Amino acid sequence: MKALEIIEREHVKMGLPQFKGGDTVRVHVKIKEGEKERIQVFEGLVIRKRKGGMGASFTARKVSYGVGVERIFPINSPIIDKVEVVQRGRVRRSRLYYIRDLKGKAARIKEKKKS
Amino acid sequence: MMLGLIGRKIGMTQVFSDEGEIVPVTVIEAGPCTVVTKKTDEKNGYKAIQVGFGNQKESRIGLPLRGQFKKASLPPCQVLKEFRIDDVEAYDVGQKITVEVFSVGEKVSITGNSKGRGFAGVVKRWGFWGGPGTHGAMFHRAPGSIGASADPSRVLKGKKLPGHYGNARITVRNLEIVDIKTEQNLLLVKGSVPGGKRGIIMVKKLK
Repeated sequence: MKALEIIEREHVKMGLPQFKGGDTVRVHVKIKEGEKERIQVFEGLVIRKRKGGMGASFTARKVSYGVGVERIFPINSPIIDKVEVVQRGRVRRSRLYYIRDLKGKAARIKEKKKS
Repeated sequence: MMLGLIGRKIGMTQVFSDEGEIVPVTVIEAGPCTVVTKKTDEKNGYKAIQVGFGNQKESRIGLPLRGQFKKASLPPCQVLKEFRIDDVEAYDVGQKITVEVFSVGEKVSITGNSKGRGFAGVVKRWGFWGGPGTHGAMFHRAPGSIGASADPSRVLKGKKLPGHYGNARITVRNLEIVDIKTEQNLLLVKGSVPGGKRGIIMVKKLK
C-alpha cells in the first residue's frame, strides 16, 4: 500500500488553516469563465468535515436571501485558492446537522473564548 | 496483439485533473519486464517476445523453465507472458521494458483475472431485478420463469441461469493513462481494472 500513499501525498494540500465544525470560514474558489479566471468567496459555517487523506472534504453552510445554501468542498481540490477562518465556534459535536432545522437567533453559534 | 507490460494492481484512489475535477484511478505497478525469449517465424512460426515480471526463487520453478532462464542467463521471474509484435529484432534478450513505453493520455487495454464469486444467483450474475424483500412477497432473488410450456418443451440455449461467476479472463479496453511515475514504475489508469489488489494484469497498447 506504500505506492498508494506516494500518489496521494502529491495531491494533499499543505498550508490550509486548522478549522473544524462550528467555525465560520471564507473559502476563496477559483472560477473559470471562458478564458478568464476569477475568485469567488463563499462564507459559511462548517457543519461537517470528512477525513480521508486525498479525498477529505468539508461542507460549508450559509443562509442567502432566506434560502439555506450548502456547498461541499474537496479540501485538496486545486480550485480552492485559500481558506480563511473568520470565527471559531463553541460547539459540542463535530457534525452540526441540527443547524439545518434552526433559523434566526436559534441558529447562531457562540464564539469560542480564547483559552 | 501489441506491446505491453505485465503488472500488479495496487489499488484505487482519486486524483485531481487540471480543471479541478476528481478522476477515479487504479494504480498499477507495471514492469520493469525483462525480455526472456524471442519467438521468430523461422523457429516458432510466429513473432513475439516473451517477457517476465517479478522475482521468484529458483526452487519454485519447474526444471524446463529453469533451463530457459539459464539459457538467457537471467534470474527467474514470477510471471511469463508473450506479446505478439512484428519488430522482434528491436529487442534483445535481457532488455528491460519499463513504463516509459506508455505516454500520458494514451489509451490502453488491460487484461486480468476477475474476482471469483463462486456459484452465483441470477441477481448477482446477470443483474436480474429480483422481487421485493418484504410486504408478504414470496419472490425474492429467484430467476422466475425460465421458458414456455409444451412449445418448445425445453429451456432455450443461452438462458441466463445461476452458475459459476467471476475468476475469468477479462479485458477492458480504452482505459486512459492519467499519470506515469517512472521512478516507482507506476501507472495511473482512469477507471477500474479486473481482479483484486495484488492481482497480476497485462497492460497492452492499443492498435
